[in-house]
Amino acid sequence: MKYVDEFRDGEVARGLAAAIAQEAHPQRNYSFMEFCGGHTHAISRYGVTDLLPPNVRMIHGPGCPVCVLPIGRIDLAIQLALDRGVTICTYGDCLRVPASESLSLLKAKARGADIRMIYSAADALALARAEPQREVVFFAIGFETTTPPTALVIRQAKAEGIGNFSVLCNHVLTPAAISNILESPEVRQYGTVPLDGFVGPAHVSTVIGSQPYEFFAEEYRKPVVIAGFEPLDVMQAIRMLVRQVNEGRAEVENEFTRAVTREGNLKAQRLVGDVFELRRSFEWRGLGEVPYSALCIRREFAAHDAEAKFALEYRSVPDNKACECGAILRGVKKPQDCKLFATVCTPENPMGSCMVSSEGACAAHFTYGRFRDIPLVAAEG
Amino acid sequence: MSEVKKGYVRPLDLKHGRVDMSHGAGGRAMAQLIEELFLKAFDNEWLRQQNDQASFAIQGGRMVMATDSHVVSPLFFPGGDIGCLSVHGTINDVAMAGAKPLYLSASFIIEEGFALSELARIVESMATAAREAGVPIVTGDTKVVEQGKGDGVFITTTGVGVVPPGVNISGDRAQAGDAILVSGFIGDHGMAIMSKRESLAFDTEIVSDTAALHGLVASMIEAVPDIHVLRDPTRGGLATTLNEIARQAGVGMMLDEAAIPVQPQVNAACELLGLDPLYVANEGKLIAICASEHADLLLAAMRAHPLGANAARIGQVHADPHHFVQMTTGFGGRRIVDCLSGEQLPRIC
Repeated sequence: MKYVDEFRDGEVARGLAAAIAQEAHPQRNYSFMEFCGGHTHAISRYGVTDLLPPNVRMIHGPGCPVCVLPIGRIDLAIQLALDRGVTICTYGDCLRVPASESLSLLKAKARGADIRMIYSAADALALARAEPQREVVFFAIGFETTTPPTALVIRQAKAEGIGNFSVLCNHVLTPAAISNILESPEVRQYGTVPLDGFVGPAHVSTVIGSQPYEFFAEEYRKPVVIAGFEPLDVMQAIRMLVRQVNEGRAEVENEFTRAVTREGNLKAQRLVGDVFELRRSFEWRGLGEVPYSALCIRREFAAHDAEAKFALEYRSVPDNKACECGAILRGVKKPQDCKLFATVCTPENPMGSCMVSSEGACAAHFTYGRFRDIPLVAAEG
Repeated sequence: MSEVKKGYVRPLDLKHGRVDMSHGAGGRAMAQLIEELFLKAFDNEWLRQQNDQASFAIQGGRMVMATDSHVVSPLFFPGGDIGCLSVHGTINDVAMAGAKPLYLSASFIIEEGFALSELARIVESMATAAREAGVPIVTGDTKVVEQGKGDGVFITTTGVGVVPPGVNISGDRAQAGDAILVSGFIGDHGMAIMSKRESLAFDTEIVSDTAALHGLVASMIEAVPDIHVLRDPTRGGLATTLNEIARQAGVGMMLDEAAIPVQPQVNAACELLGLDPLYVANEGKLIAICASEHADLLLAAMRAHPLGANAARIGQVHADPHHFVQMTTGFGGRRIVDCLSGEQLPRIC
């Protein structure tokens, strides 16, 4: 497939792998965090780690919007659908996120809730427009990538006066999460999580640009290389990170120049600024309450803010005690360090959030890489 | 011939009429529906006997029987419809034992209000598929459910067939060293269906691969009588079917991603929706597993048949107590190819 296969070329990958192996100093270790779930997925699906030398280790970060969504937020959606007869529209990934009382949106649907999987925020608005008697709530999640389309439908709903449409906003911010990881005692104080640099987000950066990461590079002396979601992008970024570490640099570099600029998409940023404002604090699954890490809908759009419209009250729900998602999301533990992993927690029956989305660290490891945890039997024939 | 003149019955209005509860009530309306629609389309000597069962003689040998319910939405899709699909699906299940399919039954659950014109289209399509496959529909049943209690029409077909002597094809026969072959491009059916789903309709030229595979199977058996395993990778796709076989036979598998045939437009649509073609349904493809020394011969036989023109050897079976299906990626790494978990849901970003 044109413009895709070029970024998945095995021969180029082998060349890059050789270059990384050559440039990485054998006497030291390199630990890089890929922030985004998209990168985690690409690394697992294409077997990128097989091509890296053993002293270059990838830590899976918290950049999967489904994984960091706390139980309490899903509960709000289920409550709206089951108790208030509201139609909930959301992206496919959200449907299986475990909520309270062994429910999920998918299970709520089986109990009679009207839950619709959509591909675009515009589909939810179209449903509300077509069926004015139906109360439609778009359960909006995602980092900066999916925020502009949500802003657009809210603005459109207001302009058209579509009174039966509102948004339950769960949009979160990448820089706040990166700060949280860098400020965590494991990284900053004890140094138990060695972190030599970040593979920076791809699609998020098309919107916010590369500028917001400059602070991390300067303040925390951590190199950041923004990379596309294709496996060759990831390999190239790793090579650039190895170089920065070797040369003692901590800069923001852009591997994804075909889509990302320093300023990002100004039009989208303005749109988001018009419709949303910073939330004082937001709960992240795994990270806990993180100040100014999410967006809420501005007061002038309150008619389309489901939290205001239905007077929803957020209740925080703790995760399963044995679940290590928090430590895994911060890079403190690996999926296979969790007692629940691949025993009671599987993609069929996810206990923790990292097992829900295919971009989650646990699901990616379970689905694509768990053969690495056990001694391999030599292939015959 | 009776002297008594038959009472006038207004013919079914196949243009504007709709199925109502009386069409399933066992009375005149039902008899009329069966006579004017089903009997006419499926016409054969067994149906003409008009008994509650079909009676036929069988030769000796091992018989196989398979049943399959079809609940596809939308009912009409590029490359086919629920009618031909319900014939092909069951023929293929019978054929995957290496059997020659002989007879089919068809059972309809129709939702009240369903347009007779659409029902006629579906029945015609079934009749054509059965005729082309040379497998008659010899008995059937019709039920009507109230509006809102069905999704247009559900069709269950059952098939019987006879396995030629000397043929022993079963999922548990895959063994270390065997070669894994697939009969052509994967993912066509699932993507054709998805392109027409209301919630995400997109323009594409992808058409379903729905087809009856017993002819292909017969020519494969002729070339290599000792095929170990045959299976059609329908729901759950190639990945899930291979995992089923690996578990059943207690073996592991190693696939070569670069060798798996996928049409570029299917790849593109999957890319767009965040899906993996390995998990997308097929309705006219089969997986064959045979001893590696027979693989070239079998592959040649498959390629010589129109339904196997794009067949490929995609991997091999090895011993693995964990029964993992693994794959060397085109990128050069290795990964597990797991069973499908739940439904294949698109990713967000």
